[in-house]
Amino acid sequence: MISKIVASAAAAVADIRDGSTVMIGGFGSAGQPIELIDALLEQGAKDLTVVNNNAGNGTTGLAALLQAGQVRKIICSFPRQVDSQVFDGLYRAGKLELELVPQGTLAERIRAGGAGIAGFFTPTGFGTMLVKGKETRRINGRDYVLEQALSADYALIKAHRGDRLGNLVYRKTARNFGPLMAGAASVAIAQVSDIVEAGQLDPESVVTPGIYVQRVVKVAGRAAPSTQGQ
Amino acid sequence: MARRAAQDIPEGSYVNLGIGLPTMISDFLPKDREIILHTENGMLGMGPAAVGDQIDPDLINAGKIPVTELPGAAYFHHADSFAMMRGGHLDICVLGAFQVSTTGDLANWHTGKPDAIPAVGGAMDLAIGAKQVFVIMELFTRDGTCKLVQECSYPVTGIGCVNAVYTDYAVFRIADGQIAVQEIFGNTTVEELEQLTGLRLRSTAEPLGTVAAPTPG
Repeated sequence: MISKIVASAAAAVADIRDGSTVMIGGFGSAGQPIELIDALLEQGAKDLTVVNNNAGNGTTGLAALLQAGQVRKIICSFPRQVDSQVFDGLYRAGKLELELVPQGTLAERIRAGGAGIAGFFTPTGFGTMLVKGKETRRINGRDYVLEQALSADYALIKAHRGDRLGNLVYRKTARNFGPLMAGAASVAIAQVSDIVEAGQLDPESVVTPGIYVQRVVKVAGRAAPSTQGQ
Repeated sequence: MARRAAQDIPEGSYVNLGIGLPTMISDFLPKDREIILHTENGMLGMGPAAVGDQIDPDLINAGKIPVTELPGAAYFHHADSFAMMRGGHLDICVLGAFQVSTTGDLANWHTGKPDAIPAVGGAMDLAIGAKQVFVIMELFTRDGTCKLVQECSYPVTGIGCVNAVYTDYAVFRIADGQIAVQEIFGNTTVEELEQLTGLRLRSTAEPLGTVAAPTPG
């Protein structure tokens, strides 16, 4: 019988090695898999490339992972926020590489990574400094930029409910990058507030089908602190 | 400015309001129109800011402020959310700006200062995505520099993407790479506006709402 359920967050991230690319879900704190990030912090893998919309808030979660020196490079759309002091300090000190990507391009690159699409032409960013050096093409009179897919060794995401098969449903705007990252990673690890029996999630309402998910771990869950800034 | 821009948002529109000044527009939307707000982090049917017991860390807007959901709301992942923009499904997007050029180039994501930490978020996707892009901004900076310019000196967010600019002096419309004054507040004349801005302007009585949707990619 298939069971993707893992006993603890620590067990779920135990095999993440130095140098891995790790996608981490969340938009600010909504959907941030804080228990999995804490477990990765504890586990100590370093030289990581992290893909996230932001670059950490305050001093917990992703910010703590950066502070611990475990991240070499971050691929994100919006690192600068009112409480991104950890990122700001490391970036200014030259200790963290940044690849800045428009948010929709970031989402689509991750989606493409899970969908077997090597690249795509998007109008976003054409003529701006962010796409300097990238291939462009005029199609039907409009200008586009070639962007390449993003994939990862691991994805750490937060869902609301899951089952032993890895089927997931999310909660409100905490869904954000979760379903995309699950598809784009070799090993997708989902932390959930609740594990239910197979069959208890309405098949019509499953958001991420279990084929995309390798590990499910139940966490006690705690309220994420609210932060502001895009 | 927010009040004036809100008047140009028709019944039935799907609208994205950018962070900062544009967010204020939601307070001025005419009550007799049904307008559906989109937030880039995966929701249509966004309601007002959440207060007290309504605050839910899983329900936030693009500015990461807790909000509420209205009846008929829908949630979706980030790739879908930006497909709605890029695919030309949103009717109107309202953004703030550092500068707008007379041909509709927008600069609103980066000051260009060498020590600035760059952060783009959804700005570039929003700039090129909606059928119409409205900018609301003061016409001049605090030191008196005009923000409506012949050519942007700040790094651009999108090329030729702005359709209308709502300022404290006037409403400008940009079409086919040309700018026109649609409406002036107070007693200022087009000639005086030309002197203040140093730009060649013309006036138009043309109504908004005739801009074609972007070609689906």
